[in-house]
Amino acid sequence: MGAGHAHALYVHGHSPVHAMAPEAKVAAALAFVACVALTPASVPWAFAGHAVVLAVVIRVARLKPGFVLARATVVLPFILFVFLLPFVASGERTQVLGMSVSAAGLIAARTILCKALIGVTLSVVLAATTETTAIMRGLNRLRVPAVFTTIATFMLRYLETLTGELGRMRIAMTSRGYDPRWLWQAKPIASSAGALFIRSYERGERVHAAMLARGFDGTMPSMDDRRASRREWALAALPALAAAVSILVASILAGL
Amino acid sequence: MHAPDGFLTAGTAVATGAISAGTIGLALSRTRDTLADKQVPLAGIAAAFIFAAQMFNFPVLAGTTGHLLGGALAAILLGPSLGAIVVTVVVVVQAFAFADGGLTALGYNTLNMAIITAFGGYALFVLLRKLFPANGAGVVAASGLAAGLSVVLSSLAFSLEWLFGATAPVPFDRVLGAMVGVHLLIGIGEAVITALAVGAVLSARPDLVFGARDLSRAQIDDRPKVAMRTFGVAAVLVVVVLATVVSQFAGGAPDGLERVAQDQGFSQSAVDHPLGSALFADYATSGVTNEKLSLAIAGVGGTLIVTLVLAGLFLAVRRRPDDAVPGEPASHVDSDSSG
Repeated sequence: MGAGHAHALYVHGHSPVHAMAPEAKVAAALAFVACVALTPASVPWAFAGHAVVLAVVIRVARLKPGFVLARATVVLPFILFVFLLPFVASGERTQVLGMSVSAAGLIAARTILCKALIGVTLSVVLAATTETTAIMRGLNRLRVPAVFTTIATFMLRYLETLTGELGRMRIAMTSRGYDPRWLWQAKPIASSAGALFIRSYERGERVHAAMLARGFDGTMPSMDDRRASRREWALAALPALAAAVSILVASILAGL
Repeated sequence: MHAPDGFLTAGTAVATGAISAGTIGLALSRTRDTLADKQVPLAGIAAAFIFAAQMFNFPVLAGTTGHLLGGALAAILLGPSLGAIVVTVVVVVQAFAFADGGLTALGYNTLNMAIITAFGGYALFVLLRKLFPANGAGVVAASGLAAGLSVVLSSLAFSLEWLFGATAPVPFDRVLGAMVGVHLLIGIGEAVITALAVGAVLSARPDLVFGARDLSRAQIDDRPKVAMRTFGVAAVLVVVVLATVVSQFAGGAPDGLERVAQDQGFSQSAVDHPLGSALFADYATSGVTNEKLSLAIAGVGGTLIVTLVLAGLFLAVRRRPDDAVPGEPASHVDSDSSG
């Protein structure tokens, strides 16, 4: 989780998923992932349905499946925890590969694994097909306070600058022989963090002064006023509907 | 700490989401005046700073590294309200634009990583500052300890959420022992980096440290060298005490491997099926010997977190009269750059 944050996942493209208005896309993602999160543990086959829905979306978005899967690995640390679950959970025990594991823990591990993997894949698809500023515009149109999304937009705008600065500091420290192995060698890192804060803050002041000089009145002008059409909202409802259907079908099959 | 989708139950996700949204709404309305025009770019760049600071990997033990969470650091530098908003922005953007942390997990991720670390950390900071002398060294020491403890507080909060919203029948005390144990280690790193970073800002631009607004320049410059050693000793003492408490507590339950062996021996004995229980499943008691202690810790921990977060919120809301005092430097985000 430590590295690679600064590079957004966006992949340039002209697919229907890329072209969809951001508010509809964000709403579609939230509705779909809510369905996934609400899928009961007792109907594991529903997750196969969700995966098919995602695969269709990835196909329509013309994303490379390998790229999506590679980026989905940010969830790995938690998957390690999930693999421990069958061993540490309580309850009835069953035999798997000659080891005694908790049956309930096994079911829980399977469920968390499916939900986490589908959730992170969906997040990657959303981030890969929507520019970060567009995501913020979408959230804003979904009634997230403008102050919040504007702060986030500024953050994204200056992230590259600050991480570049951080990278230069690191190179400077490394080239002077700094190679920390122990906690008590951490002082130069902390001093750099302090220096980075002061530089960031002063940059913020300069940016603000420059913006005021150019007539900034507290709200950012929007360059894209296109709102989601009725058709786009209908399309956006499809993944969540498909997920709901797959839960229903899996429940009926499990009931039979 | 970025939990994925489906990690806790839907009820917990909704409940923590409501708490997080409400708190951030309060913080936004608190900072509305300052954020109206001037501070929005500044807050954005501060958020970028926290985002970048999370990339500072520091050595924990030989070979392994941890990274800064930054909630307490943001609250001490920017004030609790703005600090909480800034870290929340970071967590939300990480979920939406970087696929880090589940979208349905945003409620508890925001609560644990932004709100509890910022407000709880700031309350601890104010509390600890009363214990230390009113000078630069006191601010640095309080920053470090508060930051370290804020990480532990965050892991405690996660364990409590597990108690109410577990998706797997893992007993509360085992989750608590593992979470708090690991985060004590991470907390040491957080403490050292935060203390040193606040110290660095304090020596270059003391007007930028919200938590030291009440001090004059002379008081801030009063930083005897011995204070760092005192800080080190105090930090080690706190960690040892906490580690002792946690190990006592976690030691009561058999660990994973012992558990397996034990259960193999007693596989005939009937055990309640844990997935059959209701929303507030009593996982604290499932298959655990020391259930009273477990529940007591859960209760005390919950009370502690709520008290600290409320104290932080109170401190954030109370600022208004202070700002009006003439001659007093107002919140540093209000003041013009004096550097």
